[in-house]
Amino acid sequence: MRVGLFIPCYVDQFYPQVAIATLQLLEKLGCQVLYPLNQTCCGQPMANSGFEHLTHGCNALFVKNFSGFDYIVSPSGSCVLHIKDHLHDKDEPAAKNIRDSIYELSEFLVDVLKVEQLDASFPHKVGVHQSCHGQRGLKISQMSELVAAPFSKPGKLLGMVSGLELIELDRRDECCGFGGTFCVAEEAVSAKMGKDRVKDHVQHGAEFITGADMSCLMHLEGILKRQNSKVRVKHIAEILNGE
Amino acid sequence: MSDNANNTTTHAALSKKFNADEPRVDWHDETLWFVRSKRDKAANALPEWEELRETASQIKNNVLSNMSGYLQQFEEKARQNGMVIHWAPDAKAHNEIVLSILKRHGVDRMVKSKSMLTEECHLNQYLQQNGVEVIDTDLGERIVQMRQEPPSHIVLPAIHLKKQDVSDTFHEHLHTEKGNNDPQFLTNAARLHLREKFLTRKAALTGVNFAIAETGEFVVCTNEGNADMGAHLADVHIACMGFEKIIPQRKHLGVFLRLLARSATGQPVTTYSSHFKKPRQGQEVHIVIVDNGRSTQLGRKDFRNSLKCIRCAACFNTCPVYRRSGGHSYHTAIAGPIGSILAPNLDIKQYADLPFASTLCGSCSNVCPVKIDIHDQLYKWRQVIGKQGYAGKAKAISMQGMAFTLAHPSMYKVAGKAGRWFLRNTPFLLNNKLNPWYHQREMPASPKESFADWYKKNRQPNNE
Repeated sequence: MRVGLFIPCYVDQFYPQVAIATLQLLEKLGCQVLYPLNQTCCGQPMANSGFEHLTHGCNALFVKNFSGFDYIVSPSGSCVLHIKDHLHDKDEPAAKNIRDSIYELSEFLVDVLKVEQLDASFPHKVGVHQSCHGQRGLKISQMSELVAAPFSKPGKLLGMVSGLELIELDRRDECCGFGGTFCVAEEAVSAKMGKDRVKDHVQHGAEFITGADMSCLMHLEGILKRQNSKVRVKHIAEILNGE
Repeated sequence: MSDNANNTTTHAALSKKFNADEPRVDWHDETLWFVRSKRDKAANALPEWEELRETASQIKNNVLSNMSGYLQQFEEKARQNGMVIHWAPDAKAHNEIVLSILKRHGVDRMVKSKSMLTEECHLNQYLQQNGVEVIDTDLGERIVQMRQEPPSHIVLPAIHLKKQDVSDTFHEHLHTEKGNNDPQFLTNAARLHLREKFLTRKAALTGVNFAIAETGEFVVCTNEGNADMGAHLADVHIACMGFEKIIPQRKHLGVFLRLLARSATGQPVTTYSSHFKKPRQGQEVHIVIVDNGRSTQLGRKDFRNSLKCIRCAACFNTCPVYRRSGGHSYHTAIAGPIGSILAPNLDIKQYADLPFASTLCGSCSNVCPVKIDIHDQLYKWRQVIGKQGYAGKAKAISMQGMAFTLAHPSMYKVAGKAGRWFLRNTPFLLNNKLNPWYHQREMPASPKESFADWYKKNRQPNNE
């Protein structure tokens, strides 16, 4: 199985350890993983700012980099959702192929690789941050607004990690307030949302906050560090790949 | 909105002001979250909830596709029932029609129950300028009216106010005991005050929740009974509705009334769901059907289904941004997520900031009882605003730069490396007040090596 590894731009630059964990985890699970070196970004920062019409170059590059794989996997629900919903190109069959074969890491592990056990240990109290685009967009876990049976793909995977204790939250799927350029354009509300999310995790005894999107975790990490908190963030790939 | 950074009337600026009092933001957030929780409880008590939403959505889709036919049917039936129908193409016409009816009856004082349409048309100001006194009879609306503020929420107009704020307002306007914050005492004072208004006013204006094409009747939902009190005591009843309030048949109320109150407040049904079909002996009933941009919206493929809205405000209560920015930050009659997709239709320039007052988390679309794809429409409005040049020049320029960099891998690598270098070596350039990220958050640590660098060394050693 040839898997193209798509690493979001800010993960490539600021959180290489998350990308390394994703790569190693997929390799351990038997995938042949390739990282196309000329990749940059999914184009979401421009599109969410109202400039989707400027993303043609970015899209064409994405199609060029990621055509010909059985699957494309990325440790970010948000970037994957953007590609799924908005990747278009002159070569539309190739773009469609990519839209149909791109997966967020946890849904790939659960739905495609059908992982039932993992050799990982993380003896800590962990709070899960449900990033909205993964949850409400890709539907990797059930949403509190709907009257429907519960499920959680990240939760299922974290349940396979020995010693890991998941904590309950008062608001299990409220947005953290990152929101892309929202985090600076609407700084006051964004930071307040982040502080409130952090408080929920801290009050319930989390030692770590994890999730399937590093962008939300970067925002929460910024707030935790400002508060000199001992609580840390860790991407789910790092925990699942844990030693 | 970088160009609007100093503009004090944008959502970003107004919500920053709202956030200056953090304990009050917490209180506002928790109060509305409580309403959202009550909604969840009510929804979860009905196993058929999602089916109800789907049914309501389909009924409304049918209405949007057959609007003119249903409106003509409604007009004909309502006229047969003895009610007078008026058509208003815009807010100005609406206001003039209402004034002309009042003038014909020599009325200069009127009671009005909740109608967001009249807020949208700024009817109160218009009537006051023309010598008509309007008393809002919904308790929350009366409170904000005394304070000369607009409602901050379409169902809970005074939700931004605390008990002591109401007490102070009543002390000033109704001369109640200063510092008495007891809700029962305050409500009783309002009741006595409003009772006198109800008994002495000859005209009453109400909104319309549902207008039924099949029968020509309309339904008004309230919890306080103030619409009924006004309409039944007045000689003239004026009901104002946006044309999207139409539903095909009476039986469809069974779907909408079950959804409306549960979505709004978590109640099984509104306390009063009153049907008005024909004038009583000696009474006149006028229905003003208003367009005011709705035809334009109906013609916009991407945005037409915003007209399915039944004004329950579930999207307000669930919105993490609304709860932490307050209704007045939206600087339009209908705030919240639904207001942010309705307002740009009325004036794209004035409301260009509103589709950006969201993280696109999608919670609004999930609670919507008629399944409006609110967060997708927010995204789509952003594209319209960006393309038409209303997103701000500075932003447009930076986006063009970003688009170029991200389309060229070599540029991206240089920029990424330079960014990390600056972050490591010159943190003072970024860790300051000019960087909005840094105001309340630390910057991420900056690694020496990007993942691409690591990959080349560890997986493709021959490339080095």
